[in-house]
Amino acid sequence: MEVVYITIGVSIIVAVFFFIVFLKAVKSGQYEDTYTPSIRMLFDDELVKDKKKLPNNKFNN
Amino acid sequence: MEKEQFYYDNKIVKMFLWATILWGVVGMLVGLLVALLFVFPGLLEFAGADNAISWLSFGRLRPLHTNAVIFAFVGNGIFLGVYYSTQRLLKARMFNDVLSRIHFWGWQAIIVAAAITLPLGLTSSKEYAELEWPIDIAVVLIWVVFGINLIGTILKRRQRHIYVAIWFYIATLVTIAVLYIFNNLEMPVTAFKSYSVYSGVQDALVQWWYGHNAVAFFLTTPILGLMYYFVPKVANRPVYSYRLSIIHFWTLIFLYIWAGPHHLLYTALPEWAQNLGTVFSIMLIFPSWGGMINGLLTLRGAWDKVRENPVLKFFVVAITGYGMATFEGPMLSFKNLNAIGHYTDWIVGHVHIGALAWNGFMIAGIVYWLAEKLWKTELYSRKLANTHFWLGTLGILFYAIPLYVAGFTQAFMWKQFNPDGTLVYGNFLETVTQVLPMYAMRAIGGTLYLTGFILLAINVIKTAKAGSAVEDELAEAAALKKISGKRVAGEGFHTWLERKTVLFTILTTVAILIGGLVEIVPLILVKSNIPTIESVKPYTPLELEGRDIYIREGCNNCHSQMIRPFRSEVERYGEYSKAGEFVYDFPFLWGSRRTGPDVHRIGGKYNDNWHFNHMLDPRSTSPGSIMPRYSWLIKNDLNASDVEKKMEGLVGLGVPYSEEEIAGAKQQLLAQAKQIEENLRQDPEFVKNYGSSNMQNKEIVALIAYLQRLGTDIKAGQTALK
Repeated sequence: MEVVYITIGVSIIVAVFFFIVFLKAVKSGQYEDTYTPSIRMLFDDELVKDKKKLPNNKFNN
Repeated sequence: MEKEQFYYDNKIVKMFLWATILWGVVGMLVGLLVALLFVFPGLLEFAGADNAISWLSFGRLRPLHTNAVIFAFVGNGIFLGVYYSTQRLLKARMFNDVLSRIHFWGWQAIIVAAAITLPLGLTSSKEYAELEWPIDIAVVLIWVVFGINLIGTILKRRQRHIYVAIWFYIATLVTIAVLYIFNNLEMPVTAFKSYSVYSGVQDALVQWWYGHNAVAFFLTTPILGLMYYFVPKVANRPVYSYRLSIIHFWTLIFLYIWAGPHHLLYTALPEWAQNLGTVFSIMLIFPSWGGMINGLLTLRGAWDKVRENPVLKFFVVAITGYGMATFEGPMLSFKNLNAIGHYTDWIVGHVHIGALAWNGFMIAGIVYWLAEKLWKTELYSRKLANTHFWLGTLGILFYAIPLYVAGFTQAFMWKQFNPDGTLVYGNFLETVTQVLPMYAMRAIGGTLYLTGFILLAINVIKTAKAGSAVEDELAEAAALKKISGKRVAGEGFHTWLERKTVLFTILTTVAILIGGLVEIVPLILVKSNIPTIESVKPYTPLELEGRDIYIREGCNNCHSQMIRPFRSEVERYGEYSKAGEFVYDFPFLWGSRRTGPDVHRIGGKYNDNWHFNHMLDPRSTSPGSIMPRYSWLIKNDLNASDVEKKMEGLVGLGVPYSEEEIAGAKQQLLAQAKQIEENLRQDPEFVKNYGSSNMQNKEIVALIAYLQRLGTDIKAGQTALK
């Protein structure tokens, strides 16, 4: 039964810790590069041996 | 930096693609079947009215439909998209091919096991967690395999930055694991029977904490991850705001975990827990709509492509559906709107906007796009895909709008009073027959949607035949340069955090666990939340067996056992339900939908013969009823061989059965059964038709015993006080 005090206690400590981490994250400018990743994912790195032989992909017009 | 060559595993993606299509057809077909049962209750009585087939009754098919659509169709659709996008986003083949195969075949085996056990009535009765304990364990094991495979791939990635889609996958992985385990904690009594370790109010809270998050973390977060990958890919332009996607992710996982209690407003759940759920549910509109806007605005300046490209059409309707469903969700969490919507078909319409539009259309778009990618060819027919789109969209409208109308009709009919204070529609059946045309239209909507999906199947099969599959796709990327675990100069905190996958996973888990623990642990352990009612006693052995039959037949799919403290409900059903009445209910059976009336105070309302005749032919006692016949209950012998085991199991969970009670269980069971048969024999009709049969040994007697007990304990207490 006493386990409740431990679990809630631990939860609150971790919650506070997590909140501080989040605040620090915002202050330290974690969102510096919030552009490159969105562009990078658009490039495919598949190696196509002979591009001419493959039909154009309809949905990538 | 030296570039490495490696291969993407396309085979596993293809396997999941075929599974998605197959289970999509199956799940929707069962859905259409149960929709038709509302209009034609006798549809599946192939063997004659007196020989109803147990495994084709609504109560058993409905969980089959929900499980097939959620875990088989959408589940395979998620894995399909995750296995394709993860490899490309991380520039690495999946961690281990064998694990990928185990994941795939294990998941399909679980689906098959579910498709067999659910119609057999092997169910735990908890919504979207109906599977019995051996299958639960299999689910957890396969989920762990998936987890190792995903985390392993992240660890061996060639792309330092972890794209937002992957975060959503990680949140899904972690949260579903935690929720699934918590909600399925059960005490097994036999190979396929178990009791939830929680009872009554606590069980309800855990169930809807899970139930809501099955929606949140199985039907939403992974699909959002897919949205953040596939929408930019197909439109060939970056997501509207990458920053917004980060905010979307963090706020969503922080808020979602607390919203579960909005499923239990006005029930016997403590007020503070209800209000907590409401507040967080309303806040949820911000991240949800942020995500929706982010998805739609990705197409800014590319709307001409939407006209051309059926895949983008599917995505646009899907994201719009997400927006509608996540607007409705917070609205329905307002207590005054919830008072109207809860238990009605409004909720069924609401979830199908999510399922048909958001999940179904996202997956359809992904399947079409990947068909071209995987088979290196053009889609067999773009026209057919467009036809699918329009059939599907019409299907969604035909499904949802009639159910909204039905929902409001039900709510207002249930609550309408005459000037003299009596209910206008005192007979619940009037509120059922009134909406039958809406049910017919809903079935038409379902037919349209399913037809569209079958067109998808044909289209993809034809595409696959025309193209040539590349099982292992060659790719090239630079290996990751080893850098120190510490932050590099000039590196932002979040960028650093993203590199630390394991740390990130742990932090996500912690964030989610905090929400869960703080909400649930006190309720489980602090008994003061439940005012104990002295007159509430454990079920007798026969009633216990009857309750298990109630669970087996899935009665809770149509009948609630929770009378809310409204004048209209107290007038119709009797005294409102108290938390203390459910302490011996393992699991709770409050239900979530009133296709039929609430049964919490049904005990003593009718005589045993009424129940007997009603189960045999609901139309004989209630003309116009759409309830299935349960004729097998008077044919099947009651198997009470495990009753002692069941009672011992319940003792382990805190039910105060004494040793003498358990030892004499069978005797007591027989005595009570005999009494019920005697009651039944008071009716000459019964004697004429069933006089020769030994009814006391049949299942029906146990069910009658349970129904007659329902909600009566509190009355006994009140009489004693007088």
